[in-house]
Amino acid sequence: MTDDAPLLSVRGVTKWYGRRLGCRDVGFDLYPGEVIAIVGESGSGKSTLLRLLTRQADIDAGTVSYRMRDGSLRDLSALTDAERAVLRRTDWGFVHQDASFGLRMSVSAGGNIGERLMSAGARHYGDIRAEAARWLARVEIDQARIDDTPDTFSGGMRQRLQIACSLVTGPRLIFMDEPTGGLDVSVQARILDLLRGLVVDLGLSALIVTHDLGVARLLSHRIMVMKAGEVIESGLTDRVLDDPREPYTQLLVSSILPA
Amino acid sequence: MKPVLEISGVSKSFTMHLQGGVSLPVMADVTFDVRAGECVAIVGPSGAGKSSVLKMIYGSYGCDSGRIVVTHGGEITDLVQAPPRQILALRRETIGYVSQFLRAVPRVPALDVVAEPLVALGAAREEARDRAAAMLTRLNVPQRLFGLPPATFSGGEQQRVNIARGLLPDYALLLLDEPTASLDAKNRAVVVDLINARKRGGAAIIAIVHDEDVRDAIADRIVDAAHFSAAA
Repeated sequence: MTDDAPLLSVRGVTKWYGRRLGCRDVGFDLYPGEVIAIVGESGSGKSTLLRLLTRQADIDAGTVSYRMRDGSLRDLSALTDAERAVLRRTDWGFVHQDASFGLRMSVSAGGNIGERLMSAGARHYGDIRAEAARWLARVEIDQARIDDTPDTFSGGMRQRLQIACSLVTGPRLIFMDEPTGGLDVSVQARILDLLRGLVVDLGLSALIVTHDLGVARLLSHRIMVMKAGEVIESGLTDRVLDDPREPYTQLLVSSILPA
Repeated sequence: MKPVLEISGVSKSFTMHLQGGVSLPVMADVTFDVRAGECVAIVGPSGAGKSSVLKMIYGSYGCDSGRIVVTHGGEITDLVQAPPRQILALRRETIGYVSQFLRAVPRVPALDVVAEPLVALGAAREEARDRAAAMLTRLNVPQRLFGLPPATFSGGEQQRVNIARGLLPDYALLLLDEPTASLDAKNRAVVVDLINARKRGGAAIIAIVHDEDVRDAIADRIVDAAHFSAAA
């Protein structure tokens, strides 16, 4: 957290889909150990932004730079496909709302974790299996389920398996898109606590896209509020939630039902 | 010596965009300071802005104008201008805040809620837990509760967890919002002792306390929030 060089540096990122704006002029720095939540309602451009930052889609203008493990800050557009693939396989983790985007549903839980380890260079079967078992325990999945496939898992277990898969390679940055979307609140709370603990213990940086301000409050240091493709307000999480300035942010905050 | 906290000319209003943009003035031109080893009690009626000024010092509320300057370890920071990362660093290292209500995180046990700030300051987890346990014991929180999340605790138990969390690290500046409101006499006395010990240790303290006995026991000076009023 005291590291003064940003891990991810974003400037003027803009994307059009024909005449429809995806996002416009988004810029921020994400520092090591820092968690930023991107909030806003459906269609505000927050998931689009995540796809642009991870280069699942090309941007029309702006730059996204990432601090490599050797300390150099590199423009992602200037990386080779192979270099970007290495980032995606090892240095970045992904937790999607739909577990089938992040997992192979007909491959065993242990196999899902093992595949990620192998793509990062692991070769020894015994080591891979032991590491997979260790991570299942860490995300509170019974190790007896190691040979079961995620299509036999509950929604909450699938999300926890995704988290294990994304963290097993020791990434520095995790991208999460509605990580608790569509889950029961009790299941949500368990996943949020798990994520919160892991992020702190491992010193991870994270970008979390969510429409749930409770998720943002629990997990993030800073919030960016998006509306119609633009960041309209940003700052300390508790400041944005407790003293919102923009009409749209006030509307979001005031729309939360008290528990 | 320069005060730990200098508030000068601070003004704050809320603009309620959902209520036709009506502006609610909270305070205007508030000025006071707090020195190391001193406890300033803020008094005044409900709605005078007592809790708001603590939230502005902690950075949870923004300010419209003025300066909130914290001096600690040779670093001088204006919290009104400081970027989020700098405020987070100050919260980690310099400013402790005991809010009126504990914002309980589901599933995190009381012991870790209290130990967490020490771990963030670099203490080993076991050492932090030992110190947290000692602090909770001092505040008469029964040991059987240490492993449970505070969400299910009584008001007084939650408040003592909150106090333990805020008073355990050696913060140079402490913000206390009604720290004894839901405590019995025995625990009020413990909290008064803890606060006075932190004063002797050199902490600058701002406390909102309605209880006059507690106020007399800890406060060196009184700041009257009636003078905060934006309308005055």
